[in-house]
Amino acid sequence: MADTLERVKKIVADHLGVDEANVNKDATFKEDLGADSLDVVELVMELEDEFDLEISDEEAEKIQTVGDVINYIEKQ
Amino acid sequence: MQLSLKGKTFVVMGVANKRSIAWGAAESLAEAGADLVFTYGQQRTEKSVRKLADSLDQQEPLVVQCDVTNDEQIRECFAKIKEEAGTIHGVVHSLAYAKREELEGEYLNATREGFLLAQEISAYSFTAVAKAVKEFDLMTEGGSFVTMSYLGAERIVNNYNVMGVAKASLEASTRYLANDLGADDIRVNAISAGPIRTLAAKGVSGFNDTIKAMEEHAPLRRTVTQKEVGDTTAFLMSGMSSGITGEVIHVDGGYHAYGM
Repeated sequence: MADTLERVKKIVADHLGVDEANVNKDATFKEDLGADSLDVVELVMELEDEFDLEISDEEAEKIQTVGDVINYIEKQ
Repeated sequence: MQLSLKGKTFVVMGVANKRSIAWGAAESLAEAGADLVFTYGQQRTEKSVRKLADSLDQQEPLVVQCDVTNDEQIRECFAKIKEEAGTIHGVVHSLAYAKREELEGEYLNATREGFLLAQEISAYSFTAVAKAVKEFDLMTEGGSFVTMSYLGAERIVNNYNVMGVAKASLEASTRYLANDLGADDIRVNAISAGPIRTLAAKGVSGFNDTIKAMEEHAPLRRTVTQKEVGDTTAFLMSGMSSGITGEVIHVDGGYHAYGM
């Protein structure tokens, strides 16, 4: 669990160029972390690679916060 | 691969990130010893392009903005390339755009605006770039243009819609440009690449299913990599392909040959 959070935090921080400290579960990608829609698609692809999973288009559209990503990964 | 492009300069248009087909082309060209110039369309990709360009073993690669919807900017971009690089030996055109909502459901629902936007960025831009290169007398004899297409130009690929029609237009442009530029001993070809997991491909609804179809039906039982498309690009840029122009080469694991 903690491990997933750390891995996700690192990817998000690297990709969006934000401080890891600001990447918490409640942070929304678009409002809080300044991602645009292409950033979100790129992030989804990074996460698919990192966790070796496939996030469907429908699921990807539902992702709003860092917590949403963690929940999705934990469910797999 | 042992092909040498040492001392030659190529313009690579359309790198967005490390997954871009344009980046695969850049890696293959750099591996063959070529010097590269990169162009990017939107401000948001500049940082990513510069970072990738700097990762190549080259001295300060030139990175220029070129928004292909703007003729003035295309001219400025190629004027700058002329000034900094002098002569070029080839252009890799690997860019396209359609609105996401045009890339799902029925083609019948295409809007006039969405149709024209896909044509403008994905097809006309190739002609506009060729025009600018000609105008500035930028390309040496024996030079080569390569653009990226997809099977959706020739056959029905669900959800590809306006982009399929734009790619058909791009492939036709390849033939007409080959004729016009052939008089200057400049070649123009397209690569019809298999589906590759790029940022652009992710915008097409149901992309993951397309990859599964490749694994089931392509003669090679897999899709292709950016590097494989890049290597064919390097071949088309080299003298080894000097007799090939106006051609669409499939780099798709043979999928285009599959019937049922």
